[in-house]
Amino acid sequence: MIEKALSGSPKYWALIFFWLVFMGLGAFAFLGQYQDGLQVTGLSRDVPWGFYIAQLTFLVGIAASAVMVVLPYYLHDYKAFGKLAILGEFLAIPAVLMCMLFVLVDMGQTARIANMFIYITPNSVMFWDASVLMGYLGLNIVISQVTFGAERKGIAPPKWIRPIIILSIPWAVSIHTVTAFLYSGHAARPFWMSAILAPRFLASAFAAGPALLILLCLVVRKQTKYDPGMKALHKLSEIVAYAMAASVFFILLEIFTVFYSGIPEHIHHFQYMYMGIDGKAALAPWMWTSSVLAIVALVLLLVPRYRKSRMGLPIACVATIASLWIEKGMSLVVAGFVPNPLGQVIEYMPTGQELMISFGIYAFGGLVLTVLYKVAISVREGLQG
Amino acid sequence: MDESRRCFLKTAGASIVGMGVGASAVTALADALGDTPYLGAKTAKRWAMVIDTRSCAETKGCTKCMDACHRVHNVPTIEDPRHEVKWIWKEPFRHAFPSMFEGTHGYEDRVQPLDWLKDRDVMVLCNHCDNPPCVRVCPTQATWKREDGIVMMDMHRCIGCRFCVVGCPYGSRSFNWKDPFGKPGSEERKNAKLDPSFPTRTKGVVEKCNFCAERLAKGMMPACVETCAKEGPGSLTFGDLADSESEVAAILKQAYTIRRKAALGTSPHIFYVV
Repeated sequence: MIEKALSGSPKYWALIFFWLVFMGLGAFAFLGQYQDGLQVTGLSRDVPWGFYIAQLTFLVGIAASAVMVVLPYYLHDYKAFGKLAILGEFLAIPAVLMCMLFVLVDMGQTARIANMFIYITPNSVMFWDASVLMGYLGLNIVISQVTFGAERKGIAPPKWIRPIIILSIPWAVSIHTVTAFLYSGHAARPFWMSAILAPRFLASAFAAGPALLILLCLVVRKQTKYDPGMKALHKLSEIVAYAMAASVFFILLEIFTVFYSGIPEHIHHFQYMYMGIDGKAALAPWMWTSSVLAIVALVLLLVPRYRKSRMGLPIACVATIASLWIEKGMSLVVAGFVPNPLGQVIEYMPTGQELMISFGIYAFGGLVLTVLYKVAISVREGLQG
Repeated sequence: MDESRRCFLKTAGASIVGMGVGASAVTALADALGDTPYLGAKTAKRWAMVIDTRSCAETKGCTKCMDACHRVHNVPTIEDPRHEVKWIWKEPFRHAFPSMFEGTHGYEDRVQPLDWLKDRDVMVLCNHCDNPPCVRVCPTQATWKREDGIVMMDMHRCIGCRFCVVGCPYGSRSFNWKDPFGKPGSEERKNAKLDPSFPTRTKGVVEKCNFCAERLAKGMMPACVETCAKEGPGSLTFGDLADSESEVAAILKQAYTIRRKAALGTSPHIFYVV
């Protein structure tokens, strides 16, 4: 199948080249970090996790969101998602790979990463996070290989794959739950110590992931002869609407609990995030942007006329992704550390080198996604033609 | 007879009686011997420290305990506060005990009579918790709690994920954001004044106070305690909390002490006399 990725239009090769350039720049930036240590990042003893771990958090959501296509199609036999399922699974694979790379570049001693599996420690959530992510990657590779391979040959997929597909549904929920547990179990960090963090993660994931999938499908429709079907995309946008509404609702719940109870240690983080403390307000403009984008997205998604319009749908999707990326990929991790446990406000800003490494990883994800989509689309076009 | 010796003899006796003088008994003997501390080592059931913040605060500008600790443990001096590595240091009282002064809506201003305490410098270090969150979260068991309460750190197993830094409610853990004494082979490294009896670290690992486990094993008091007693006001008292005759137990019996964020359930073992 992979041979389909080796021939393509100049546009395809231009895209591949584009990814490779950024991967190269990212690798170069990483070599520098490997040499000089994590001092090249904006991280500090007060904000020990930042952009890398935030991207991990956002991308686990993207990976988990494949379940929003898999569940209706395989469990409820919702036929309209037939042409979409493989694109959803093929989005999950690069998303998990990027997660792993973001963990890797965040390690102080990258070469010792295997210690996590030599000295297995079940009481550490990080061990579980690494394990469920690898399991999820394996599940998605097997499922997409088997179902797509069968489809290509024009036969029904073997029976044994169905329980594996069913297993992948709770597994998807588990990867994001465990990611939330990385944060929500710390007595030291009141900002994350909320039982609703995992549901919040899932809601925002099930909004951002399908929104990204819709955008990708719109590009595929435009650029290739393959059409995942507007009916499927409109159904997906309904899922985005529900999930986005839930996500905003959950944040409002957090705000109520924190401000009505009035516990200063809990309030300070929200205060820092939206208003800043002592004039330090690096996140505030971003958080307000995120809030405005969330309102725009919700309006466009909740009114069927807008959601189904040619321009409304992509704008709603972009607004959803941007809003949730700011929340999860920028603020959520950092705001947990400001103020620090001693009550000091020490801010964080990623450095250029940190961003370059991150772009490199995103470019790697883009490359894997491009190749996988190319294979899927070439095979499907062949079947259609 | 001290506890570990008794334990050794019991194990040895049981091994010989129970299994005969076989290979397994020899192994058990060797194991038990391995746990027997060096003669003259300081041992305890539960190590703890009491810090008298009153006498400590009176000697303004004193950094002797910090200097001694950082010297014997090869802790680097890093100018950039973002990348600092510290095992024991000073924090104003309001940061060491933030919940005491934290308020909302401007109410904190009403406790003005307490201002004298707000800015009092307090020594802070690893609390050697009984229920240490850092140990709970570490994915490689690079940090663990000994039976005598000391929370240890294996800087050569640490993968540098900083989960422990995230989990510690006291900011007591330091990550090496760079090579602490310059890159290997560099001029900086060659000129560094290092104590060869304690390992140096590489970049990318976490470190923290170890209650001078290596000195206790040789029968010496922790460097900070010894230095403060000899050259300072003697504000640091160290000993076995489980021993009711110990000096730390005596202070806890008669003085009112507080612990940092005890409500979190970590059971910190540094006590402060205010």
